[in-house]
Amino acid sequence: MPPQDHIIKPVLEVRNVTKFFGDLAALKEVSLSITCGEASLLYGPNGAGKTTLLRMLASLARPSSGELFFDGRNIERDGNGAKAAIGFVSHATFLYGELTVRENLKFFGSLFGLSHLEKRIDGALELFDMRSRDGVFARDLSRGLQQRASLARAFLHDPDFVILDEPFTGLDHQSVKKLEDLLLRLPEQGKALLFSTHDFEQGAAIAGRLIALKAGRVRYNGPLAAAPFANLGIVRANGRKSDE
Amino acid sequence: MTKKFPISLHFVLTLAGLFLTLYMIFLYAPEEMTMGEVQRIFYIHVPAAWTALLGFLIIFISSIIYLWKRTQSADELAQATAEVGFIFCTCVLVTGPLWAKPAWGIWWTWDARLTLTFLLWLLYVAYLMLRNYLVNPGRAANLCAVVGIIGFVDVLIDYMAIRWWRTQHPQPVVLGGPESGLDPRMLATLLVSWGAFTLLFFLLVRMRLRLAGMRRELSEIRRVLAFKLSED
Amino acid sequence: MSSLKIIWSILVKDLRVEWRNRETLASMCVFGLLIVFLFNFAFESAREETLRLLPAVLWVAIAFAGVLGFNRAFASERENACLEGMTLAPVDPSTIFVGKMLANLLFLGVAEVVMAFAAALWFNFSFLPALGPLLLIAFFGTLGYAALGTIFGAIAANTRMREVMLTVLQFPIAFWILMLSIDSTANAMRGGPNSDWFGGVARVAGISLVFTVASFLLFEYVLEE
Repeated sequence: MPPQDHIIKPVLEVRNVTKFFGDLAALKEVSLSITCGEASLLYGPNGAGKTTLLRMLASLARPSSGELFFDGRNIERDGNGAKAAIGFVSHATFLYGELTVRENLKFFGSLFGLSHLEKRIDGALELFDMRSRDGVFARDLSRGLQQRASLARAFLHDPDFVILDEPFTGLDHQSVKKLEDLLLRLPEQGKALLFSTHDFEQGAAIAGRLIALKAGRVRYNGPLAAAPFANLGIVRANGRKSDE
Repeated sequence: MTKKFPISLHFVLTLAGLFLTLYMIFLYAPEEMTMGEVQRIFYIHVPAAWTALLGFLIIFISSIIYLWKRTQSADELAQATAEVGFIFCTCVLVTGPLWAKPAWGIWWTWDARLTLTFLLWLLYVAYLMLRNYLVNPGRAANLCAVVGIIGFVDVLIDYMAIRWWRTQHPQPVVLGGPESGLDPRMLATLLVSWGAFTLLFFLLVRMRLRLAGMRRELSEIRRVLAFKLSED
Repeated sequence: MSSLKIIWSILVKDLRVEWRNRETLASMCVFGLLIVFLFNFAFESAREETLRLLPAVLWVAIAFAGVLGFNRAFASERENACLEGMTLAPVDPSTIFVGKMLANLLFLGVAEVVMAFAAALWFNFSFLPALGPLLLIAFFGTLGYAALGTIFGAIAANTRMREVMLTVLQFPIAFWILMLSIDSTANAMRGGPNSDWFGGVARVAGISLVFTVASFLLFEYVLEE
């Protein structure tokens, strides 16, 4: 391979992963890789396995078979490298209701062993317009504000891989716009983005790659623009219909 | 193991052992001087206690193997042994009062064996409760293995602590204390009974493992189906 | 070392959460006080009789107050999947264990002080002559008890009947920590040149350390998905 930049960013790989919950197959032989500089949309109907896959990438779940690799290392055996480089947002906010937003971020920042923590917290809060609310208890925040605080938590350690499970839920129109702009900038910052959303057009506006998941299987994994929407059951805003 | 010692042979041997034990208990072993006939419960009470103890040792070892190697069969063995061991343990606690009341006039005493068995019984209960009350059964193996290990450490401590405690707070020895000074015929009966009980224990564990194996096969079939279906 | 910083961070976080709620510590103290009160009131007879009960009464109160506290320790983590959130970070599970265990130890320790004051008052007994040994016994006994309470609290959090499951696990296994603590406390209270208080402390310390180390080593398997 020809020598490229001196900084070679790690790759997050999923190899032939299957996940059973009881006898229900949530993921079936899923293989894909996430690389820096790329924004990917994970799309599929309810129950397709999106949340399971995203949780697995964040090391919150283990595969029944198959492996996940970060920088060539199996994250089941040696997951700390992956955890330090991944920022994850999901339905649960991972925030302590009894602590203020700032205290929450301070706690999570300490778990990552971050230096200049106060500055980082200011920066993360700034990204999501939460600076004015940093002294509010997390339990007193509305759902949308909690989501923004959770996003701030995920971006606190400046992760190379941003993994978001339906990050737009609960956000008002203005916050959605701000988040979209932020996510759009991630690839050029050299970061990797993988997110799921129910609004395909919204996702298509941000992501260059589409990973379509259905019944636990990857149906398509490639450039979004070239995806066979009809086969995947996706209706585009410009009127293209599906077969279903 | 099944090839070397088929379950049918095991069954026959166990049955033979139990019959032999019964014969020896009632027709071979001499009558005990002070307690009379009721003392014969001793030949069931003591082996059952040892077997229950052996059971937890097996749980301990299979728990360690499971956490180390992650083999499903280690977890199945632990679960099967817990269920069978619980029954044997209950047996000890039931035969205790049945023996003590006619022989010594008291229903219960905290002698070394009964104390140890009762604590062991509580551990079995805790283990089985954990197995059955988990919200997410996928975590059962891990969590039960942890309890199995800590539980056995506790059993070892129980054994040592009870012995020490009895030096501080001595008690008149009842319920056939240390098994020394037994008439040779009594010793023979005890050993045969112990052998028969051990055979019975492992027979029941094997039968339970068969069930677990069938469940696992069924689960595998279901999974393959789940895989193949919804291919659209 | 960064692990120590993280342990400190978890401890501070638990203290802060408790400070905002003020539920756990208060309930533990009240519950413990009630038990001590109950026994003291019920056995008002001869002083020597009652004094013999004092070690047992105290440790039973500590045992029950402890279980109350351990249950709540993981309740606060459950609300927004915070325990899971901690595992998002590159933190050793054993570090999380030590942090939570120290928090449990601290809360139970404070409750113990309250109970001891009440017991000294109501039983007309001064702990001061044997304070050294008593503090050692209290520390080691509570340490082992809290270690078990922490790991069993985490295990029980996965079940349908959490409080019951924790109790069913905790009492049989922590039984001898409690018994040896009661015994050593009684010895130390009796005092005198023949009291083998050192042996008592050693026994409690030994058994507690065994369980603390075992819990520490096995905690990672409890957090694993």
